[in-house]
Amino acid sequence: MNDQTQSSAQRAEALQGMGCRRKRVEDIRFVQGKGNYVDDIKMPGMLYGDIVRSPHGHARVKKIDTAKAAAVPGVVAVITAETLKTVNLAWMPTLAGDVQMVLADGKVLYQNQEVAFVIAESREAAADGVELVEVEYEALPVNTDPLKAMSEGAPVIREDIKDKKEGAHGPRKHYNHVFSWAAGDKAKTDAAFAKADVTIKELIVYPRCHPCPLETCQCVASFDKIKGELTLWGTFQAPHVIRTVGSLISKIPEHKIHVIAPDIGGGFGNKVGAYSGYICAIVASIVTGRPVKWVEDRIENLSTTAFARDFHMETEIACTKDGKVLGLRCYTIADHGAFDACANATKWPAGLFSIVSGSYDFPTAYCLVDGVYTNKAPGGVAYRCSFRVTEAAYAIERAMDIMAQKLGMDPAEFRMKNLIRREQFPYTSAFGWQYDSGDYHTALNKAMETVGYRKLREEQKARQEAFKRGETRELMGIGVAFFTEIVGAGPSRNCDILGIAMFDSAEIRIHPTGTGICRLGTKSQGQGHETTYAQIIATELGLPADNITVEEGNTDTAPYGLGTYGSRSTPVSGAATAMACRKIKAKAQMIAAYMLEVHDDDLEWDVDRFRVKGNPERFKTMTELAWAAYHEVPPGMEPGLEAVNYYDPPNFTFPFGAYVCVVDVDVDTGETKVRRFYALDDCGTRINPMIIEGQIHGGLTEAFGIAMGQEIHYDEDGNVTTASLMDYFLPTAVETPKWETDWTTTPSPHHPIGAKGIGESPNVGGVPCFSNAVNDAFKFLGTTHIQMPHDAWRTWTAAKRLGLHA
Amino acid sequence: MAKSQLSLTVNGKTVEALVEPRTLLIHFLREQLMLTGPHIGCETSHCGACTVDLDGKSVKSCTMFAVQANGADIRTIEGMAGADGGLHVLQDAFREMHGLQCGFCTPGMIMRAFRLLQENPNPTEDEIRMGISGNLCRCTGYQNIIKAIQYAAAKMSGVPFREAAE
Repeated sequence: MNDQTQSSAQRAEALQGMGCRRKRVEDIRFVQGKGNYVDDIKMPGMLYGDIVRSPHGHARVKKIDTAKAAAVPGVVAVITAETLKTVNLAWMPTLAGDVQMVLADGKVLYQNQEVAFVIAESREAAADGVELVEVEYEALPVNTDPLKAMSEGAPVIREDIKDKKEGAHGPRKHYNHVFSWAAGDKAKTDAAFAKADVTIKELIVYPRCHPCPLETCQCVASFDKIKGELTLWGTFQAPHVIRTVGSLISKIPEHKIHVIAPDIGGGFGNKVGAYSGYICAIVASIVTGRPVKWVEDRIENLSTTAFARDFHMETEIACTKDGKVLGLRCYTIADHGAFDACANATKWPAGLFSIVSGSYDFPTAYCLVDGVYTNKAPGGVAYRCSFRVTEAAYAIERAMDIMAQKLGMDPAEFRMKNLIRREQFPYTSAFGWQYDSGDYHTALNKAMETVGYRKLREEQKARQEAFKRGETRELMGIGVAFFTEIVGAGPSRNCDILGIAMFDSAEIRIHPTGTGICRLGTKSQGQGHETTYAQIIATELGLPADNITVEEGNTDTAPYGLGTYGSRSTPVSGAATAMACRKIKAKAQMIAAYMLEVHDDDLEWDVDRFRVKGNPERFKTMTELAWAAYHEVPPGMEPGLEAVNYYDPPNFTFPFGAYVCVVDVDVDTGETKVRRFYALDDCGTRINPMIIEGQIHGGLTEAFGIAMGQEIHYDEDGNVTTASLMDYFLPTAVETPKWETDWTTTPSPHHPIGAKGIGESPNVGGVPCFSNAVNDAFKFLGTTHIQMPHDAWRTWTAAKRLGLHA
Repeated sequence: MAKSQLSLTVNGKTVEALVEPRTLLIHFLREQLMLTGPHIGCETSHCGACTVDLDGKSVKSCTMFAVQANGADIRTIEGMAGADGGLHVLQDAFREMHGLQCGFCTPGMIMRAFRLLQENPNPTEDEIRMGISGNLCRCTGYQNIIKAIQYAAAKMSGVPFREAAE
């Protein structure tokens, strides 16, 4: 050891703790193809399940004949709702307080809905069986338009609850109504609008899209009849929630369910919920006594397991004539599809949508969200964002641009005038959220200076003149977005899932030789948790990050936690990790005092050791203390060196950022080229800048996909027309712009290490920034708002409407 | 279903097997040979997670039958590391440049990058973007993948790697 010779700084660097660009631990196996994903699991006697799906958007199921399918060589059984009824599993509860058919019970409510589950000796035999299940349907009228869902005579989607006046979230006003949810002060906001000089109102639609991770949803269920125990491997972002919900649904005692999430090939919100395929695989394993694998294909993934967005937001801003905002109103219709299987904290049917006042000092605001049923797939997951936060950010950021346009102000200048000021933090928003920290003006100023904002506007003006003179067919657009997120769900006073408070956890054991293991309730899907949590421990405990194993995903060994989504891993489990370290450190300090024969208070911490104040040659390193903890503890102290922390955050964290995008739009082809994209993010304390940049690149690329082309589209007959990668836009390396990243650092005052979370910021800020850029290109021609996605066809259509194709 | 005899070379080893005529190459590799590095991400040849090297070409192994590979010489991600277990330059480059996150596209992406650098040892950024456009990644935004390929190209041709300014 180099205890004597190295400086504190050298020792700190060797730990690879917080702030360094530590290379990822996970990569060693991934670059060799040695990751262990669900579909890599093969067990003796394993069967395969495949699903018969509805070709109709809405139909009565008259008859299901499984005889021919059952006769296919290799087919073991076919499960239908009738089979599931014998174990009381034809329907399952959703996270949002609704119920959902596991397999079609009497009718189908959306295209590709699960109708029957074929179990066979091979994938191929299962697929053959699916072909031969004969289902007789009687087509029913279809509605896929959420704005028509509550009209008179609209098709009744949910016959099971059509007469229920009370839903999971209060009174229902129509048979297709799910819930109404309001926040803010309506009377005060209406009054602000009444006296405002200038108001704007725009229907801003955030289309239905899908997270589409490269690995689809899948599981292997293995029920041991002798022990009465179920082991379930699956693509689960929240394994403990799956165990608890699985136990509640199946009545298998929770300690007899072992849920394991191995490596996950991307999640982005898609892998939070519980899907029919999982339930069917479990039942199939119970029925056959053999392990059953279910792997959805891409079409099944895009068309059934969890869409995102589908928020139709009528957004209004009231303002003084010199550009000071006075009030915000937002009325939203939320399309939840056929069942409310939204993945939100249970008390929040519209998630944290009331972050819709954004980064601005609104004196008053009000929002109302009505959820409706349609003949579309259920879901409503947070696709790379906290619950409904990207929807809110999109609404406010588009609306701010539209208001700036009406006022004749520059959009950046208008934002600057209304951003919450540094001295106002902690800031209580008009909706009651307490924003923890921020320095918005510094961030926006830095962004504008770095991109040369004034010059860009001058260039744009010259280009517009040239366009008018017919010298160019390209329009230049500059998008500005300033966003504030609300992540790290969450404080137990605000957040629970089915009554379970949304804390999270870390359990750390330091072994005698000074290495250790940390287990957590979260679950990485590519975020690099095995790397970054170890960095927190390295800094907190002075042990090299390389000597710490990080393990997640096994509910038998990991402490209980609510999983990874909504950027909650670092804000919640990262905090739990630091707090558990501090318990360990406190014990180590007592051991050090005992060994050095001084009082605890006479010791000070120095990177990786406790040393005697004023006598730095006398010290005990953490490695020495780990050894001592197992053989030389002070009298009366328990041996060992481990701790567990369940962290209930005092507040959410509020990461923010300033983004600028420059685009060139060809009015004849409708194609938009992104010339430049600059993203400044403030996520508080930065744990691993390399991973942060990677998260931002990825999040911006997903934002680019959403803004420029992604849509899960249904036609009037209920056909989902974009359910494969033939039609659903995933950006390739060719379209994807080059990203410039930057940062400021405003630590969270309530978080033990000041970190706020980063994974979702680029999606939340990126989508409005792209959309603002495209809209900005056209606005000098008199448009206020062109709906997303801004693909070539829509953009070309917008140009045509403006008469640019003469 | 009657099975067909298949004889081919996979990662330098001769393989003899019986397969159903309809078995896709990806299923043969993953389920019969237990080479689970290549992944399945779509069924329309778009995502490239199943990419392997076949007779000197990048091939999407979900889009051909195993029987079509009779007599072929196939290399998968499992055949990339050296005999001593040391990482291939590209594998090392992906880690060095943070060119992966969830790891699901990585085996296909590395196999494609391998063939690209065989075809064009010193590609420009645009050539790399075009060259990997048949392989989708949902996590990285490609920027660091491109950097990793540039880094590997430099290493393989023995020139110092210079990171382009952002």
